Amino acid sequence: MTKNSQVIEREEVVIRFSGDSGDGMQLTGTLFSDTAALFGNDLSTFPDYPAEIRAPQGTVGGVSGFQVHLGHSEINTPGDYADVLVAMNPAAVKANAKWVKQGGTIIFDKDNFTDKNIEKAGYKSDPVSEEKLETYNVIAAPISSMVKEALKDFGLDPKSVLRTKNMFALGMVYWLFDRKLKYTEQYFDKKFARNPEIAESNKVALRAGYYYAETIEALNPVIKIEPAQIAKGTYRNISGNAATAWGIIAAAEKAGLKVFIGSYPITPATGILEELAARKDLGVKSLQAEDEIAGICTALGASFAGNLAVTSTSGPGLALKSEAIGLAVMAELPLVVINVQRGGPSTGLPTKTEQADLMQALYGRNGECPVVVIAASTPSDCFIYAFEAAKIAVEHMTPVLLLTDGYLANGSEPWKIPSMKDLPKINPPFADKKEIPFLPYKRDCETLARSWAIPGTPGLEHRIGGLEKTLKGTVSYIPENHEMMVKFRADKVAKVADNIPDLKIWGEESGDLLVVGWGGTKGYLMTAVRELQSEGYKVGLAHFNYINPMPKNVNDAFSKFRKIVVAELNMGQFADYLRMKYQDFKYAQINKVQGLPFTIKELKEKCIKLLEEK
Amino acid sequence: MAELKNFQYTPKDFKSDQEVRWCPGCGDHAVLNAVQKALTELGIPKEKFAFISGIGCSSRFPYYMDTYGFHGIHGRAAAIATGVKTANPELSVWDITGDGDALAIGGNHFIHAIRRNIDINILLFNNEIYGLTKGQYSPTSEKGLMTKTSPFGTVEEPFSVGELVIGAKGKFFARTIDANVALSTQIYVEAAKHKGTSVVEVLQNCVIFNDGIHDKVAGREVRDDRTIILKHGQPMIFGKENEKGLVLDGLKLKVVKLGENGISGKNLLVHDAQEANPGIQYMLANMRYPDYPVALGVIRSVEGKTYDTDVEEQIMGIQKGAKIKCMDDLLNSGSVWKVE
Repeated sequence: MTKNSQVIEREEVVIRFSGDSGDGMQLTGTLFSDTAALFGNDLSTFPDYPAEIRAPQGTVGGVSGFQVHLGHSEINTPGDYADVLVAMNPAAVKANAKWVKQGGTIIFDKDNFTDKNIEKAGYKSDPVSEEKLETYNVIAAPISSMVKEALKDFGLDPKSVLRTKNMFALGMVYWLFDRKLKYTEQYFDKKFARNPEIAESNKVALRAGYYYAETIEALNPVIKIEPAQIAKGTYRNISGNAATAWGIIAAAEKAGLKVFIGSYPITPATGILEELAARKDLGVKSLQAEDEIAGICTALGASFAGNLAVTSTSGPGLALKSEAIGLAVMAELPLVVINVQRGGPSTGLPTKTEQADLMQALYGRNGECPVVVIAASTPSDCFIYAFEAAKIAVEHMTPVLLLTDGYLANGSEPWKIPSMKDLPKINPPFADKKEIPFLPYKRDCETLARSWAIPGTPGLEHRIGGLEKTLKGTVSYIPENHEMMVKFRADKVAKVADNIPDLKIWGEESGDLLVVGWGGTKGYLMTAVRELQSEGYKVGLAHFNYINPMPKNVNDAFSKFRKIVVAELNMGQFADYLRMKYQDFKYAQINKVQGLPFTIKELKEKCIKLLEEK
Repeated sequence: MAELKNFQYTPKDFKSDQEVRWCPGCGDHAVLNAVQKALTELGIPKEKFAFISGIGCSSRFPYYMDTYGFHGIHGRAAAIATGVKTANPELSVWDITGDGDALAIGGNHFIHAIRRNIDINILLFNNEIYGLTKGQYSPTSEKGLMTKTSPFGTVEEPFSVGELVIGAKGKFFARTIDANVALSTQIYVEAAKHKGTSVVEVLQNCVIFNDGIHDKVAGREVRDDRTIILKHGQPMIFGKENEKGLVLDGLKLKVVKLGENGISGKNLLVHDAQEANPGIQYMLANMRYPDYPVALGVIRSVEGKTYDTDVEEQIMGIQKGAKIKCMDDLLNSGSVWKVE
């Protein structure tokens, strides 16, 4: 395929595919990302879909989107505003027009812009004029009729024909960005190996879209994004949920333990259970429990029996698991509780992202009930922090709460595949025969962790449970014993700080403004800070992955800046936590609770305002 | 489960050093003795036993056993035990629970453990009252029972444990009386040997808050006439002089007197605990005084695949032909590309 068009090079570009939730936009976006990744671009993706599986067709509520940000340089976010919007119907224009850059390109399926669909989307007449898109590069392509024409000899039913519309659109986008079709064609050959007709129809639609865009010179000049300068190695694309699941399996391998996951399906955490359930080849035992409580209780039982036990959930499920987390704290058993945060409270915004479960994770239990809390910050580093969560849980004999969020869970990015030999070994503190008679609550002098005596081991029979105990495991109501045990459990968690890395300040190490964040906002905060730095501001970023306990150098790091602002997708939970822990500093706040990630634009504006205030 | 015959234990070997703190006269003491006795008959090494419990008087049980034990939270013993057994099918896992723990707060876990047919033994101490919270009605309290939370009598229908077990696709259900240590021991042994979820309902007396609740059927004076001990393959016969029996009259069970109306031992129903169709067993489990004797013994015991072994077999089957054998294989599987 040769091109005559003029070609320009760009550093980065953002593309958003959107349509009805049945239009296959998630697949379209994924195929585009995979092609870009194989080409060597750095990228970041963000799917944005409704909670309803099939909301009423043609309505704004049913619009499903997938945004891809790819570049020649480092990409840390899926991007704020799109250069290209693919809109399969008027509702997709309605939902996304405000997210297109001024003068950007909008491709839509003209055949779907019927009076009825226009009305359903909430427009009166013409979406282009109502949205004031005249100055944009609007490509009204007759996608539906073109695929009908292209596939007329296939003898497919009309539904199957129209199902290839997304591939026609993808073909157009491939032409716009000078991409090869090979990877996508291979995907269809593999996916529909048993149904070559469907594979062929998709490939034909894809090519038809590509040639159509070439014929009409849909975009001139064509945009080219050269491969990014990235470290040598083997790469793959990975989503946060898959990375989380894999981090757990990797930890089990390093610890010589078997994985057990007891879990209950809940958006957006279900992918973790699904991924682990599929890994029977690696010996993972997965139990889809009757409810959230059984999810954690089966996991805790498996932990008692000597497995690396995990339960995964989202906010409402974490609330249901609270009592059992308390039991894990009392029993001092290793357990990883993964909370993929979503918009709350209650059912809230199941498919949208938020960071508002921080206080629930830290404090949402009865009694003095400390757990280790850590948070992942990019889709791929979910692997590292899931691994870390498991390592800490096992080596310190404690439940660990791992926080990710809907944005990390479903977002994906290229990931340099680690080698297992480079990951640290995990050493479970198994009790052995030297410890007979076994004292279940005797502690290691350094970590204060108790030993793990696995049922089936002769001579180590013992009893644990939710009632307060003495060293020997005897139930005790002695006031001094309770206070001592409460302190031991707190000190044990605090001592995890000995084994976590120092907080790194990214950007300026001292200066006028320290942006503080945690968890899934890292890419946005880094990009904003990088841009502010390049504009001459003295700005740094302190991004936290270890929330409880905190790294030891926080005071020192914070004291090097004139102002501190805490940016998070909630009403200020981490800011309040810092106010309690590090009282010497004043904390300004940037908060957003719209179920959406930050935009770089709003972060920069708010930071500049703070920088300019006296 | 490895059945090793050369383990010679006495009940004392299963007693922990903790002081038993149930009320004097509580039926739980007798259950503890019978279980400790039953364990000596199983040929299973001591370290392979795990006793799991929820919350309630009965749930203190694991503390008094010198085995592995986990005292859980209210209602969740069946879920915890499910995790223990799935993680290590080699263990003999016992779930000690009560009518409140298993049938109210833990009802969901109870029925789902049974549905999965995971190989655990559930001993459900049924005293028809909440004892540890000092006397409120439970899901098995008879309608009309006056308690602290039903001062004018309950207006709720009680659950029948056997009916619930069979409804949840249960494959093993037995009933015993706390004070009958000989019968109980025998039933606990059978429950342990059964592969799958075994539920034993123990009619247990709460000496403080519901004293004598089972006396009308289990009292020394009346128990021969008001209970029937079912034995697989034996005719259904009961009474002080073995003078009564059960026959099928149309679609219902009927109590008959031997020698009356020409009825002899040959006419009586023969108990078949192994019949997969639960029809008769269901009626037997639901027999209530005064219309019928209350059935004791193993009412239903049907073989079937168990969850824990199915999980293991599925994994072993998949691992045999699997291309991915370790984490490095997984990391490098599927679409990967090299950056040179």
